[in-house]
Amino acid sequence: MSDLLAVGVPAHTADAVAGVRITPVDAVGLEQRAAALCTRSIKSSSKQAALDLAIRVMDLTTLEGADTAARVQALCARARRPDAGDWSVPPVAAVCVYPELAPVAVDALAGSSVAVASVAGGFPAGLAPLESRLAEIAWAVAAGAGEVDIVLNRSAFLSGRYQQAYDEIVAAKQACGSAHLKVILETGELGAYDQIRRASMLAMVAGADFIKTSTGKIGASSTPATALCMAEAIRDMAEQTGRVVGLKLAGGIRTAKQAWHYQVIVGETLGLGWLTPERFRLGASSLLNDVLMQRAKLRDGRYQRREDFSVD
Amino acid sequence: MTEPSASGGKLAPTGELSLDYAPAPESIAPVRLASQYGLFVGGEMLEPVRERLAPTVNPATGEVLAEVSVADAADVDRAVAAARSAWEGGWRDLPGAERAKYLYRVARLLQERAREFAVLETMDGGKPIRESRDVDVPLAAAHFFYYAGWADKLDYAFSGRRAAPVGVAAQVIPWNFPLLMAAWKLAPALACGNTAVLKPAPTTPLTALLLTEVLRDAELPAGVVNIVTGDDATGAALVSHPGVDKVAFTGSTEAGRVIGAEVAGTGKRLTLELGGKAANIVFEDAALDQVTEGIVNGIYFNGGQVCCAGSRLLVQESVADAVVGKLRRRMDTLRVGDPLDKNTDIGAINSQAQLDRIAELVASGVAEGAELYSPPCELPDRGFFHPPALFTNVSTAHRIAREEIFGPVLSVLTFRTAAEAVAKANNTPYGLSAGIWTEKGSRILWMADQMQAGVVWANTFNRFDPASPFGGYRESGYGREGGRSGLLPYVGLVA
Repeated sequence: MSDLLAVGVPAHTADAVAGVRITPVDAVGLEQRAAALCTRSIKSSSKQAALDLAIRVMDLTTLEGADTAARVQALCARARRPDAGDWSVPPVAAVCVYPELAPVAVDALAGSSVAVASVAGGFPAGLAPLESRLAEIAWAVAAGAGEVDIVLNRSAFLSGRYQQAYDEIVAAKQACGSAHLKVILETGELGAYDQIRRASMLAMVAGADFIKTSTGKIGASSTPATALCMAEAIRDMAEQTGRVVGLKLAGGIRTAKQAWHYQVIVGETLGLGWLTPERFRLGASSLLNDVLMQRAKLRDGRYQRREDFSVD
Repeated sequence: MTEPSASGGKLAPTGELSLDYAPAPESIAPVRLASQYGLFVGGEMLEPVRERLAPTVNPATGEVLAEVSVADAADVDRAVAAARSAWEGGWRDLPGAERAKYLYRVARLLQERAREFAVLETMDGGKPIRESRDVDVPLAAAHFFYYAGWADKLDYAFSGRRAAPVGVAAQVIPWNFPLLMAAWKLAPALACGNTAVLKPAPTTPLTALLLTEVLRDAELPAGVVNIVTGDDATGAALVSHPGVDKVAFTGSTEAGRVIGAEVAGTGKRLTLELGGKAANIVFEDAALDQVTEGIVNGIYFNGGQVCCAGSRLLVQESVADAVVGKLRRRMDTLRVGDPLDKNTDIGAINSQAQLDRIAELVASGVAEGAELYSPPCELPDRGFFHPPALFTNVSTAHRIAREEIFGPVLSVLTFRTAAEAVAKANNTPYGLSAGIWTEKGSRILWMADQMQAGVVWANTFNRFDPASPFGGYRESGYGREGGRSGLLPYVGLVA
């Protein structure tokens, strides 16, 4: 199928053969719509639900070279019970770490609902030899990761080697076995919404369970417009093939308000059925404290000090 | 869409969450309404005459907001005389830079009081606050800014010729964009050195009356702008008044015909901006998700009560099902209701009469065999509301494909070739606007060339800018507003 994705071939031709339409994206219209969705205001009675959802879909992440077992253990403790003083706060969806620390997270989260996600496949560039990338994925899964975040091979994709980019995701999916596969497009490197849409479709057709915006390792990260662009691709996939693919937004998400905007974008584009941890994730590290602060404000009617919340 | 089946047990939707947006009503606190309004003549608000008052209602509630004067022939006579005397008394001879000073002031004052104008516009006309706040009021200010810029450059606007003012302009405006239409009419007229008598629509006089405060705060010389509220008879008295040099009308084609006949042979200049039945043409290579937004914006903006509304959707057959599917899905998320709520997409229809007309045309569509879709939506139990409507299986012979509905009603037709799209798009007595959606630049240019329409949008719809001329072909009228072309109706060119 991927030859038909080649530049210059009208999108609808690829659509007819692959069974999935890749419609172009108009940048002006897309950004306008995304901006309009970000003006929705939320009822205070549903604010609590929105804040809780932001926590329930959160992939609490630490991806530093300096990560330690102790740091991951602390993160896992927060993941299980984000607010030690308030038991009504739900646990997050997953903790996301490098493969080396996946066993630590698996131990620390044993018996909880929190999943262990591991980046793998030569994260963040994805330019290691394919064999070693696949081996890393298999290693992470064997270590107990239930979810694997890999990157799209931008080198292959951007130079038009779509078949290679596609085949690599198919192989990664195979290496995952029963673990969930999230494919990071690194949208900030793709250069155009058209490319983001095309990469989304390619990853989904190749078998991704989730498509994800960013690694968080480059300056550009998730924006409302990229989220909308990918949500529209997921909607087309669902409408045309019946296959449900999740959306993970990551990078630069720091405030409860941003989390709310993304919920609106996903909810209005894909329907409320997508607002669950099975179909929607927010990858973030500093977001949790802002959400907890807003939640405490809702509960107590006043803002607490930053020092009242633990740091990672 | 049908809920797709999950690919594994893991992906089934779980917890229930609703996107329960807050009722986010814009405060009406900035608006202070009088119970009765007089006419604005010669720089003064005249005392209202008790016997000649008419109510103006909030179409979202049916409540009377205020009573405004209904000007008779004698009132019109006074207003025209005031305009004439202001013109001869100095406005026409004022240096352009001086006229510009007043227009800039008006523009800035409009910006300063933007919230008040937006709220009042929504209360009196029923349009969503999102639109009056983000479109009507900012654009009205932008028009004053733009034409203020032209006021001292008229000598360079038309190469080799000098632009002289015409005299007294009679300006009759509609109810769909009350303040914006006032700005479209007043700004170029004043910039070119004319004085004006403006007649707002009977159902939406209040923002024009609020504008009088801005004109006074801007210290605009008395009589340069006069505002006479009233009914059709008031408008007729104004356009047929012998003291008027120029008539500008925006409204229905029927009324435009009457005015055209009335003005014929009098030597008055005339511009008409009338109805439309715009084609919004979607090719198969277009960005279909943004197309969907564009179609929605084209027909449901201001509840479709827009002369340039994209009321006929022409979609290429190969993507027709996909587009209609996306459109229906998007329509399901449109929020109809309280126009003052910041989350509202479609507000109230302007009047009972307009609502009746929309309902009658929708019924004709059903009777003629077209297929109607309206999303399930709860309409407020008072006020004038109509749900967004979509007709498929429409033929070019149906009334809904030919007549201007002026409501949130879209007719979908299909085409196979670009030539067929052109033929169908131009198959209308109107010619105000058109939309072309394709990723192929050469096709945009070719199609735009073929469209018999004054405004052609490519990959967008209902976008306005003061620098861009606006106006129609054929039964959509003649003359242009906006841009340098918008100066022409208000000047005489001399060597």
